[in-house]
Amino acid sequence: MKARLSLTVNGETHDVLVPVHKTLLEVLREDLGLTGTKHGCELGECGTCTVLVDEVPVLSCLALPADLADAAITTVEGMAEGGRLHPLQQAFAELGAAQCGYCTPGILLTAQALLADRPSPTRQEIKEALAGNLCRCTGYTKILDAVELAALRVGVPR
Amino acid sequence: MSADAGKHEFAVIGQPLPKIDAWAKVVGETKYADDLFLPRMAYGRLLRSPHGHARITRVDTARARALPGVYAVISGADLPRVRFGILPVSQDEEALCTEKVRMVGDAVAAVAAVDEETAEHACRLIDVDYEPLRALMSIEESLAHPEVRIHEYGDGPNVHKNVSLQFGDVEAAFARSDLVREDVFFFEGNTHLPMEQHAAVAAAGPDGKLTLWSSTQTPHYVHRLLAKILDMPAAHIRVVATPVGGGFGGKLDAFAHEIAACRLSQLTGRPVKIACSREEVFYIHRGRHPVLMWIKTGFTRSGEITGCHLRTWLDGGAYGSYGVASTFYTGVINPVTYRMPVYKFEGARVFTNKPPCGPKRGHGTPQPRFALECQIDKAAEQLGLDPAEMRKRILAEPFTKTANHLTVTTIGLGECIDRVVEASGWRTKWRGFFSEEATSRARPGGATAPSEKKRRGMGIACSAYLTGAGTAVYWNHMPHSGVILRADRSGSVAVLCGATDIGQGSDSILAYLPAEILGIDPKDVHVHPADTSLTPVDLGSYSSRVTLMCGMAAIQASQRLREVIAQAVARKLAVEPGALAFRDRKVGVAADWERAVDFPQAVELAEAMHGVLAFAGSYAPPRRAGKYKGGGVGPSPCYSYSACVVELTVDEETGEIELHDVWIGHDIGRALNPLLAEGQVEGSVYMGIGEALMEGQVFRKGVHKNPSLLEYKSPTTLETPEIHTFLVETNDPEGPFGAKEAGQGPLLPVIPAIANAVYHAVGVRCDEVPITPEMILKGLELRRRGKPARVGPERIPLFTFKAPVVVESAFGQPADAIAVRPFQ
Repeated sequence: MKARLSLTVNGETHDVLVPVHKTLLEVLREDLGLTGTKHGCELGECGTCTVLVDEVPVLSCLALPADLADAAITTVEGMAEGGRLHPLQQAFAELGAAQCGYCTPGILLTAQALLADRPSPTRQEIKEALAGNLCRCTGYTKILDAVELAALRVGVPR
Repeated sequence: MSADAGKHEFAVIGQPLPKIDAWAKVVGETKYADDLFLPRMAYGRLLRSPHGHARITRVDTARARALPGVYAVISGADLPRVRFGILPVSQDEEALCTEKVRMVGDAVAAVAAVDEETAEHACRLIDVDYEPLRALMSIEESLAHPEVRIHEYGDGPNVHKNVSLQFGDVEAAFARSDLVREDVFFFEGNTHLPMEQHAAVAAAGPDGKLTLWSSTQTPHYVHRLLAKILDMPAAHIRVVATPVGGGFGGKLDAFAHEIAACRLSQLTGRPVKIACSREEVFYIHRGRHPVLMWIKTGFTRSGEITGCHLRTWLDGGAYGSYGVASTFYTGVINPVTYRMPVYKFEGARVFTNKPPCGPKRGHGTPQPRFALECQIDKAAEQLGLDPAEMRKRILAEPFTKTANHLTVTTIGLGECIDRVVEASGWRTKWRGFFSEEATSRARPGGATAPSEKKRRGMGIACSAYLTGAGTAVYWNHMPHSGVILRADRSGSVAVLCGATDIGQGSDSILAYLPAEILGIDPKDVHVHPADTSLTPVDLGSYSSRVTLMCGMAAIQASQRLREVIAQAVARKLAVEPGALAFRDRKVGVAADWERAVDFPQAVELAEAMHGVLAFAGSYAPPRRAGKYKGGGVGPSPCYSYSACVVELTVDEETGEIELHDVWIGHDIGRALNPLLAEGQVEGSVYMGIGEALMEGQVFRKGVHKNPSLLEYKSPTTLETPEIHTFLVETNDPEGPFGAKEAGQGPLLPVIPAIANAVYHAVGVRCDEVPITPEMILKGLELRRRGKPARVGPERIPLFTFKAPVVVESAFGQPADAIAVRPFQ
């Protein structure tokens, strides 16, 4: 059974006709061409597919678009504004926090939600916020450093 | 270039620059294999065996073919009847099994359909009849049942490989030792767990040519194998490695999903994508071998090693894969770290009905490293020596040969030890814990933790690893890595190289080195990697070979380009070419920089003089294979060295281990980009922690116990401690600008350092990894009962190794003064 849905992603509204059981992950990647959202397990175990729904991190492999008609969805493609990278994206690139880069979108969005909630998190708070996002390349060190750097830059008025 | 590189000021080398692909990765633009969507593309799925070992008596695809939306269904009968394998000596795989399945997860059929859901549905409609055979699930079981044969080839019933090498008389060495230890260790298998699941897209064209885009670490070997497997000319196949979302050795073979996608595309005339599920990735595996080890080492009173005898038994799983190399690697790298005058190694790889093991980060060497470093810790205690000082005292000599004829060049291990000992406060903490304990309890560690039940401890271990294998997986005299460099009139430079970026930053290295030599910005360099139709061969991202080998090829090509540009600019400026400097996108004489020519103009002058500016660079390692059978595994242009100190707390009540800090010193030769080098070291440490404390590819009642990210435990941010990295530079003459590897070696010492720290904390010897709370509690209980507090394997298999290949030890012989490399 297919349903006609209206989804607001990165500020743009899309009308899609999709099977009702199709996950948000699949609709983003396959119907909207937003392949920046990755998948690591499709069982809600690794955090790779994290997107923001009304600024809250959500595992898109477990979310159904039918539930999200009135929500604002943000994917990694929506982090940069007007061609200007989000401070987290800038810091991740500068500090080598993305190695293979596959877990990076999910981690960036989880960190964005953290910084929105706590602009100056401690390292332990960053660790706790990112504990649901697996990364196999970095040992997390440069990721934590990059979130700290971004928080510092956001906190300092320019 | 490399030998005197240290004298120059560098513009790019040594700078902590972002990777050239970092920007695409942080905005989600990087296209991994599963991100490719081609017009008319079909989606494929594989049907995999539910049996560990069974004869296939019937495969009927009729019901699946009849399902609406299905384009094609294939079984092994639809592929040429060839067996293949990554190593020429182990041709034992079929993409889709025809006669027999040898593990749960072996592929038997494949479907292409309008979407994944239909393909999956169709897989359930394929009728396969199996006649189950006994599944052999351990080394002991496989050796005990020679009447059940997993394969018909090998060095005995269910024995894939049986090797024995002897370099000097170890028994004589033991006889004159002050201390001889025999210990038995077990290292559980574990898997790579890249965050990206394997995926491939194949497109067969109407012209009969075929393109495969795949998340592979070795497009070249896949290219060669596809020609054989599909029985078509290699000249008509193009393999493109997409950016790889984590490899660690798990994407180094040709796999069923790649081959099935190709065949299905040929049959349907559509592009076909097969993306594996996470569960399938656990079956694809090729990960760390479970290895049982017996090691006997002699020591003098002062801690010198007199000789070492190592036996290893590897649980290989269902197929050969890289297993012959893995078997050698469990033995051949041990003599590279410390002075080890005589050495004997016996190893055997045994087939079992489990997913095949292969090359995971460190390939075969973390297991014996765990054994050797824990044994040295035990010997140090018996000899009353500080284990850090003892190690430093017995380091191998630079520019000498080992007992097993490996040539070692620079060794920065002494400095690595100094750095981690200093930074960790080893001397006060380790001795402090020790002396307080000595006065209070009959065990060595743990007095400073706040709670009575929580004991703090420190451990140290060291290691060495190769910077690239000295031989290819198939015998040949061609380059291991090649680069083509093309200068454009815009002032940009294109680099074409078969190297595959798996996140380690090889694309960036290919931009940095030409930029340094040509005096341009890395941003001016366009890197086109890993496409067998366009790029010179690079063998693949394995054995820590890429930075060194493609780096040396890139340097050679850059110097050739630089030379012709210099000739042209020299003529214009009426100076000698040798007087020219290349920097800041200009070419000129330093003393007269105002007249320097802009780089784009310099390119135009050179193109006018010489024609199209395209230059090749080639690299092959020095030919240093030991002149004995088996001497081809182990040689490397140079070896990296690591030293690691771990500080942790063990809770005596729960057996839980909490890591606090890891200090790691790594001899990288030269850090071409310290940011990326640190990232490789940190990632290696992290992966070592997972292997030491939680990761295990384990089986129960014939099936994988934990084929999911939830059940297969790996460290999160909360289990990963602070990692303090110290890069030590030795400027190795074999490496590009002196660089050695960083991506694998630093994993090795972490595991024994943790085991040694656990002992230091609570006096329990864990001779098996992963170290679990249950093992700690068992050890503490043994201690309470007055028994030796050791937890680990209790016995070794009854097994006869081959008569050894007996070779004189080359220990201490000087290295060849100048290494002769082909293509120089």
